[in-house]
Amino acid sequence: MTALLEVNDLRAQYGAVRVLHGMSFALNEGDVTALLGSNGAGKTTTLRAICNSVSHTGDMVFDGIALRGKSTEAIVKLGIAHVPQGRGTFTKLTVEENLQLGAMVRRNRPDIVSDMDRMYGYFPKLKERRTQQAGTLSGGEQQMLAVARALMLRPRLMLLDEPSFGLAPLIVQSLFDILRKINVEERVTVLVVEQNANLALQISSRAYVVETGCIVLSGNASEIASNEAIRKSYLGC
Amino acid sequence: MSVLPDTSIARNDSTSSIGIRTILLRWSRPLALLVLVLLPLAASDFVTFQLTMLLVYAVALIALNVLTGFTGQFSLGQNAFFGIGGYSAVIVVEHFHLSYLLGIPVAGVIAAIAGILFAFPALRLKGVYLALATFALGTTIPQLLKLDYIEQWTGGVQGMMIEKPMTPLGLPLSQDAYLYYLTLTIALGIYILSVNLLHSKTGRAMLAIRENETAAAAMGVDVAYYKTIAFGLSAAFTGVSGALGAIVIQFVSPDAYTIQLAVAIFLGIVIGGVGWLPGTIVGAAFIVFVPNVAESISKGLSGAVFGVLILLVIFVFPRGAQQVCDRLLGVEHKKD
Amino acid sequence: MELFSNQVLAGLATGAIYACMSLSIVMIYQAIDHLNFAQGEMAMASAFIAWQLIQWGLPYWVAFGLTIGLSFGAGFAIERSLFRPLADAPVLTHVAGFIALFAIVNSGAGMIWGFTIKEFPSPFGNGQFLGSELLSAHQAGMIGATALLLLSLYVFFEFTRVGLAMRAAVSNPESARLVGVNVSWMIGLGWALAAGIGAVAGMFIAPLVFLEPNMMGGILVYGFAGAVLGGLSSPLGAVLGGFMIGVFENLIGTYVPGAGNQLKLPIALFLIIAILRLRPQGLLGRAFVERV
Ligand SMILES: Nc1ncnc2c1ncn2[C@@H]1O[C@H](COP(=O)(O)OP(=O)(O)OP(=O)(O)O)[C@@H](O)[C@H]1O
Ligand SMILES: [Mg+2]
Repeated sequence: MTALLEVNDLRAQYGAVRVLHGMSFALNEGDVTALLGSNGAGKTTTLRAICNSVSHTGDMVFDGIALRGKSTEAIVKLGIAHVPQGRGTFTKLTVEENLQLGAMVRRNRPDIVSDMDRMYGYFPKLKERRTQQAGTLSGGEQQMLAVARALMLRPRLMLLDEPSFGLAPLIVQSLFDILRKINVEERVTVLVVEQNANLALQISSRAYVVETGCIVLSGNASEIASNEAIRKSYLGC
Repeated sequence: MSVLPDTSIARNDSTSSIGIRTILLRWSRPLALLVLVLLPLAASDFVTFQLTMLLVYAVALIALNVLTGFTGQFSLGQNAFFGIGGYSAVIVVEHFHLSYLLGIPVAGVIAAIAGILFAFPALRLKGVYLALATFALGTTIPQLLKLDYIEQWTGGVQGMMIEKPMTPLGLPLSQDAYLYYLTLTIALGIYILSVNLLHSKTGRAMLAIRENETAAAAMGVDVAYYKTIAFGLSAAFTGVSGALGAIVIQFVSPDAYTIQLAVAIFLGIVIGGVGWLPGTIVGAAFIVFVPNVAESISKGLSGAVFGVLILLVIFVFPRGAQQVCDRLLGVEHKKD
Repeated sequence: MELFSNQVLAGLATGAIYACMSLSIVMIYQAIDHLNFAQGEMAMASAFIAWQLIQWGLPYWVAFGLTIGLSFGAGFAIERSLFRPLADAPVLTHVAGFIALFAIVNSGAGMIWGFTIKEFPSPFGNGQFLGSELLSAHQAGMIGATALLLLSLYVFFEFTRVGLAMRAAVSNPESARLVGVNVSWMIGLGWALAAGIGAVAGMFIAPLVFLEPNMMGGILVYGFAGAVLGGLSSPLGAVLGGFMIGVFENLIGTYVPGAGNQLKLPIALFLIIAILRLRPQGLLGRAFVERV
């Protein structure tokens, strides 16, 4: 298998505060990879660094293209969609406009329209609410909207930051079912950050564990999931 | 017992190593006061008059600092309270034939009432909306002062004159010098009052509102109450400074209290450093002297020179005089 | 009844001035989340530029188009050079920046063109509108132009990609970047658009009030009042608000005994505060969905 994204010695900082201390990892094309770790470990920062929205050093190569020096917009154009922590809803715009924004960098109108319909297929709730102001959606609905918005890019790589945050267990389960389906049907590579390690490991093939800005462990998701010791010491479950 | 000498040695050390800075820091206030007291002895009447106006504006800047610096609320309508104060004092003196010494506190009270009346509906407005409401107030006040209905009290478009107070008690001072010391005394009083306010329970509540209104409310701070207090106090101080200004200039008219005055007061606190009371002197000096400087650089372009100066300040020293002072003294600014 | 309808008509005519102004205020508010206190001065400067171009012998509409273009560019340049560096500064600093801009533009215009009032031509002629006594051809044309401007803005914001991107950039800049919107360009574009609309407002207002550096003073306050009345988040609301203020002002002048000109401004003040208090989002504005 070839790596879609290769990250080498990634370091990042906020002002003078160093947060990532040389992370290296790779995402295989078509895989779901989980990035696990406790609060403040640097998971969100890692995703932000990939999109160049935090100052960082290190090499990142996406599908043979070096990301160094590229603006966030340019990186998005390469097909990297980011569902930020906290969902990043455009609260004052309608649901439909939120989806259109996801396809901002695409040009082909008919394609965009048909993609929109596909999203409404995955998330029928959104279709009911399409003209509603997005800020009035429930947390779960906004999370679905965020995922749908990201998919509207027709991304090759999707970065998901805690998609289960604040959702009821039943909703989480259905969201992850959909994510798995999307991974297969849309052939999207996924990097998912999760507090809920069990859930993330269920749909992932590989996993990395981050601790204070370093990767301390990596391996097959199923192995990590079945290794009691690892789960106890790193994932707390 | 052995701890005490140790500390004192440490303190001595730091004094000698920082030297002049520490001395400056420690003695800056008494020194400044000394300069303020001695200045008029060496100055002509006109310069004394200008210095008095500087103190008058310093009071107005302290007043806005209570509102903006302490409580985080905007006002682009301070000219309204300044004007109300000025007119009140003149009316007390000219219509009721009472002492201007009474006129000054009355001006403060009336301005405070006006401030609270205005604050009442404006309380819930945040940021830009409040700026807008006060801006509207500031633009309106000269119109209100011109109204025919109250012309017999206000003198309408013409405004009113007031006589320069005589030096009382046979003090060996010129009238201008007397007014200067009177203003200085009141200014010091308001300065000390404000410093104490900042360190009181009320002051802490105000700071909490400035930092985060929602959080302050959640902590049990009665936001509406403290905002009203801030508005009222700020208006009262501004009213007092307006009264002093009217007495010093011996004249009130609607055109003396246009929105330009509010803008000047606003810029004064930006330039002095928002929330930093010593900066009010610098801000006031800016208000009094810079228009003249701008005028002398280029007559036609004085407005532009003024604008460029403001831009320079906000680009180079976003925290105004406070930043300059900190840098000179090598003080690290700590965020409170 | 005829007096009433006549006064309403006359009110609409003045209202058109305010509506233009409100519209440009709302535009910039949408783009940068700040009220631009120098908006009126920018419009005034644009009118002077147009005047100058006409003096140099250009036909009206050529000067008109050129002025809009120049103002558009100037708005963009001002954002890049002055306000971009202040992006992270506190609101207070921004307001100081606007005031500085105000002073510079005002006195610069006075320096270049002088403070004597100048006639500014109207593209709609000097006659009356269809023989009406109250509405001049210019005022009627202005109402039409405002409506047209509004319509094109509506189309721009609702139906174009760039319009949507601009709204997204305001609504959530962080997220906008993550879907590939160049937020910093959108802010510049917002300034440019606002300056362009301001130019239109300035060129239509100038024939009514005479051209001089202080011509926008009072109008700005009414423009703010209109914008607040209609809602700072709604261009349509702003335009309606501007018209309503004009009509209201006229009716007060007519029917409140002794009010005349003196009470007009106080009434605008009262309106602003009352509206802000009762319905902060304005008549047509969307309520904020604020998340703590
Ligand atoms: N804007 C910022 N400025 C300064 N420090 C920051 C900023 N954002 C994050 N940090 C710090 O960087 C570290 C890593 O933060 P990050 O958000 O990447 O953690 P995380 O692994 O996503 O945690 P969580 O699971 O809680 O979301 C934390 O210690 C945090 O305090
Ligand atoms: Mg995180």
